[in-house]
Amino acid sequence: MGDLIDALAVALKAGLGFQAIFFALLAIGINVQFGYAGLLNFGQIAFALLGGFGIAISVSQWGLPFWVGVVVGLAAAVVLALLLGLPTLRLRADYLAIATIATAEGLRLLFRSVSATPVTNGTRGLSSFNGDFISLAPWATNERYRILGTSWSGGELWVAVVGWVLVILACLLVWALMRSPWGRVLKSIREDEDAVRALGKNVYVYKMQALVLGGILGALGGMVYAVGTGSAVPDQYQNANTFLAYAALILGGAARVLGPVVGSIILLFILQFADTGLRLLIDNGIIPEGLLSSTDVAQIRFVLVGVGLMLLLVFRPQGIFGDRREVMLDAR
Amino acid sequence: MPAENTPAGAHAASLDKGGVHRAAPQRLAQAALRDVPWEVGVAKPDPAIVVDGVTRTFGGLTAVAVDHLEVQRGGITGLIGPNGAGKTTLFNLLTGFDQPNTGTWSFDGRPLGKLAPHQVARLGVVRTFQLTKALSRLTVLQNMLLGAQGQRGESFLRALVPGTWKGQEKANTDKAMDLLRRFKLDAKKDEFAGTLSGGQRKLLEMARALMSDPKVVMLDEPMAGVNPALTQSLLGHVKDLREEGMTVIFVEHDMDVVRDISDWVVVMAAGRVIAEGPPESISQNQAVVDAYLGAHHDAPLTVEEEDQVLAEAEAQIAAEEHGGGEVLGSDVHKETGR
Repeated sequence: MGDLIDALAVALKAGLGFQAIFFALLAIGINVQFGYAGLLNFGQIAFALLGGFGIAISVSQWGLPFWVGVVVGLAAAVVLALLLGLPTLRLRADYLAIATIATAEGLRLLFRSVSATPVTNGTRGLSSFNGDFISLAPWATNERYRILGTSWSGGELWVAVVGWVLVILACLLVWALMRSPWGRVLKSIREDEDAVRALGKNVYVYKMQALVLGGILGALGGMVYAVGTGSAVPDQYQNANTFLAYAALILGGAARVLGPVVGSIILLFILQFADTGLRLLIDNGIIPEGLLSSTDVAQIRFVLVGVGLMLLLVFRPQGIFGDRREVMLDAR
Repeated sequence: MPAENTPAGAHAASLDKGGVHRAAPQRLAQAALRDVPWEVGVAKPDPAIVVDGVTRTFGGLTAVAVDHLEVQRGGITGLIGPNGAGKTTLFNLLTGFDQPNTGTWSFDGRPLGKLAPHQVARLGVVRTFQLTKALSRLTVLQNMLLGAQGQRGESFLRALVPGTWKGQEKANTDKAMDLLRRFKLDAKKDEFAGTLSGGQRKLLEMARALMSDPKVVMLDEPMAGVNPALTQSLLGHVKDLREEGMTVIFVEHDMDVVRDISDWVVVMAAGRVIAEGPPESISQNQAVVDAYLGAHHDAPLTVEEEDQVLAEAEAQIAAEEHGGGEVLGSDVHKETGR
């Protein structure tokens, strides 16, 4: 029983840690683009990569202050969004999807390539760039604190607190935007672009704004991740993360302000709980070693999440927060 | 809305461009068009839209080739023609959804060439679509509010400051509710538009277009798929648009509807305007009858003509050319013309 509570506590820590914040910010960005505007951005991780490396390169390589690094990362994300949007947003939705998925893989490979090593330090990545940020913590960062049954380092805690503040601010921004006429235009574009054009709205500009806003949120997510891990390695930014963020979004409910946040917390909680829970069962001999060894756990937990998502789509397609009537409506 | 006007004043207003929108009496356009000859490309007393030499080709197919067409302001102009005549393509060209290969067209003397759809809409030319575009996962009221023009809250930064748009939003909501009541959709204002029936969606789309206070309303098959009872109410709404001084252009296949509400009818076939005139003139127009039914649909062939047709057909088959009804029909036409 004590083991179970421990497993729950560890899972809760994962659900509240910087990784959950990372996915939450990625998913909020995707929610703006996909949930509200209907844009298929399959390369959200590219924005996170630019955010993370914006700080890492600025601080470690160029010796700039941390906050300048933040600005550099955000600016890079805006530029990427514009570059992706300019050619594709006048075309059908699938072109953006193709361009973003290719960009996400391309940027990661570029950042880990030998020719980029002088700037990005190649596959080994960059580290020791978050000192300025961690030193701002109002508590001692080298001590450990016991919260909700698990121990957090002071630095971890500081990143998590600032990260959740960012998430709350992002949610407030999305909430304020989506109740405004601007948000109404965005949702209408998701339903039918031509109808919106026929009513005198410049669809292209709105789509671009949504792409840039979502990209900035993704870059913030990447920054939280880079600062949380204390290093920026290109291979951390695998495009699978984009799809995990999509999973979190759909789990929580798309086009809902809190959907991506709650979805991310639950996703990370389940992943971690499945991990510790399965290991516990194997260690206690409840699951025989021949059936499942502890080395398989890391993979099998994703299978469990996949099964869970399938069940969700069958029994609750609108996610946790969604409106079933809305989801059940035919798209057109 | 000043619906009651003396016929004399109305007629005077028809000659004065600016006055038409203020004073919009019933059947003003019909009166103005009484003396216009029934010819293709004829000049109208007070044209709102003028089309000149517009062509649009898709590969080898010429979808639209209109030499000259004027649309009378404040009237209901029906656009008819068999399937594939280029009516919807012409609509797309006029509203910026498609760009022509050649030609110019203007609205109120302002050239519309190279304008994007939203720019055309901002000038006051709004359209509806053949396949209704209700925004399914928005409520009926939200659909309506989207139609309002010049909304301050539609800019990204001002959207974050509700004070800048709350007042305007309230005024727009009142206006939307008025329109919804007129179209008998007010009880459904909080329903998703996707739950409406086909006819209700047509109504919603028309009401939404009216939210933008348009000068020209272009309706692409407004009655398609609408049950007869609702057709009557839709017809009433279209007539109301004319009462309010709007110029209405609509595509329709139902000739009863066309005869009932049009002041002027333009007939297209194979991309060209083949006839125009008041509705009563159209059904007697030989070119129109030929376009719809084929030449010779009601006259028996003489023996010689029959032989000629047969010989031609056999020659064509022999040459392994594709011999469709159109090819045959035009050949017959040529033969009889001699």
